[in-house]
Amino acid sequence: MSKLQIEHVSKRYWRETLDREVVALSDVSVSVADGEFLAIVGPSGCGKTTLLNIVAGLLPYEEGTVSIAGKKVQGPGIDRSVVFQHSSLLPWRTIAGNIRYGMELQRRFDKKTMLERTEHFIRMVGLAGFERHYPSELSGGMQQRVNLARALASDPEVLLMDEPFAALDAQTREFMQAELLKIWSEARKTVVFITHQINEAVYLADRVVVMSPRPGRIKDVFKVPFARPRNLHLKRDQKFLEIEEAIWQLVEEKSHEHTPA
Amino acid sequence: MSTRPHKTFYQKHESLILGYGVLLITLIIWQALWSAHKLSPLFMSGPSAIATRFWDDLLHGHLLEDFAYSGKNFLIGFILAAVSGVVLGVLIGWYKRLEMITAPFTSALYATPRVAMVPLIIIWFGIGMWSKVFIVFISAFFPILINTIGGIQAIDRDLLKCARSFCATDRQIFTTVAIPGAVPFILTGIRQGVALGLIGVVVGEMFGGSQGIGFMVAYGGQTFATDTLFVGVLIIAFAGIIMSSAAEQLEKRFSRWRPER
Repeated sequence: MSKLQIEHVSKRYWRETLDREVVALSDVSVSVADGEFLAIVGPSGCGKTTLLNIVAGLLPYEEGTVSIAGKKVQGPGIDRSVVFQHSSLLPWRTIAGNIRYGMELQRRFDKKTMLERTEHFIRMVGLAGFERHYPSELSGGMQQRVNLARALASDPEVLLMDEPFAALDAQTREFMQAELLKIWSEARKTVVFITHQINEAVYLADRVVVMSPRPGRIKDVFKVPFARPRNLHLKRDQKFLEIEEAIWQLVEEKSHEHTPA
Repeated sequence: MSTRPHKTFYQKHESLILGYGVLLITLIIWQALWSAHKLSPLFMSGPSAIATRFWDDLLHGHLLEDFAYSGKNFLIGFILAAVSGVVLGVLIGWYKRLEMITAPFTSALYATPRVAMVPLIIIWFGIGMWSKVFIVFISAFFPILINTIGGIQAIDRDLLKCARSFCATDRQIFTTVAIPGAVPFILTGIRQGVALGLIGVVVGEMFGGSQGIGFMVAYGGQTFATDTLFVGVLIIAFAGIIMSSAAEQLEKRFSRWRPER
């Protein structure tokens, strides 16, 4: 059964600097099954972040339908939470305070439950002992764990991740990918993961959606056949490299067309 | 293996030793010149004469009364400025239309040197304490107002987006993002307000009235009582140093969460 349904969504807006209409998304349809990990890749400008913001309810849309468990999306809701590219932590709150923040805003849990959930998710993302630290005392990777814990703590049905590891160095990034899979196997959420790194998408996801720019639309969808749990050695596997290459060809071909001579 | 590098007493306290050493030497030279009658009492005074004058005025004169009078005027004016500056600043920063309405007034008044308004203020309030209070108020009010407006408007876009994604209401955004984010700005305004309010109280007393430290300085000048004049100036200087370092401490305390600078 599909958890998240995106049907014929288009998004246009007026770009002041160009003084003309820009089509950010054109007739995008995809559905995500309950508990599925879906990755969306594409070059910058392909509308993947626009799509995520629409699903998150942060951006209004006029054409098409987005629904979660059959309910139409009309703004942010407690059934979704977002893990942002920039950790977006409140610098004046401790780590525990930041993880509690989403739950606090949504007012779904009582004080005691919030406390228990905060503790639970701090442990899940491996930050026990850092409860009373401030975000500025943590590394980029650790801040993204807090970002993830905050999103999980509010118990969403769908987790939306907007290039969460893009700002991390290569080594931390690989480590975080492995950690994410571990956490995801425990939390079992439906995930939509935006990235521009193809091997990240293939490594993490059940399916990879490839988007192309101007106008942003879905070009193809790849099924990733590897069993779980996966480990980082998978990235050297022949089959893995073949899928990565195929996706890369597809992304590359489109962006060449649009490179001005 | 490395050992802790050895530092001499001088290396550890270099800035203090140099700074206060030079101050001490200056005082000694000054006192020597004064004792040798090389300085005319009409134009200058000496450290010993100033200390004697201070002691005399404290025990037998009305130095304490003058100090209390100025202190009271400063405190009333400053507290009024702080409260109204922060409250109005928050409102103007939060409501865009209110800013559009008030912007011409605030920028015009902020740019006008407050001293230029003193004669008018004396016409309005007379030469009693309320003209002094008002001068302090209007001197301290604008830096506090302008900084508070700036602080509220400097709201972090990423934090705003994050709060929205967790279904935050405007009220929640105001209390959890806008206000805490503005605190360091407000404290900067307070620190500037202290400095300008102090100038205000002295200037106010110089223009009219018969009490206060500012009056004492003006009176000392008119009667060529250079020792009295110096006592007044030193009291103002110390009050300024103490209050601005207190405000600085406050500023540091409330921005503990900021990354080390």
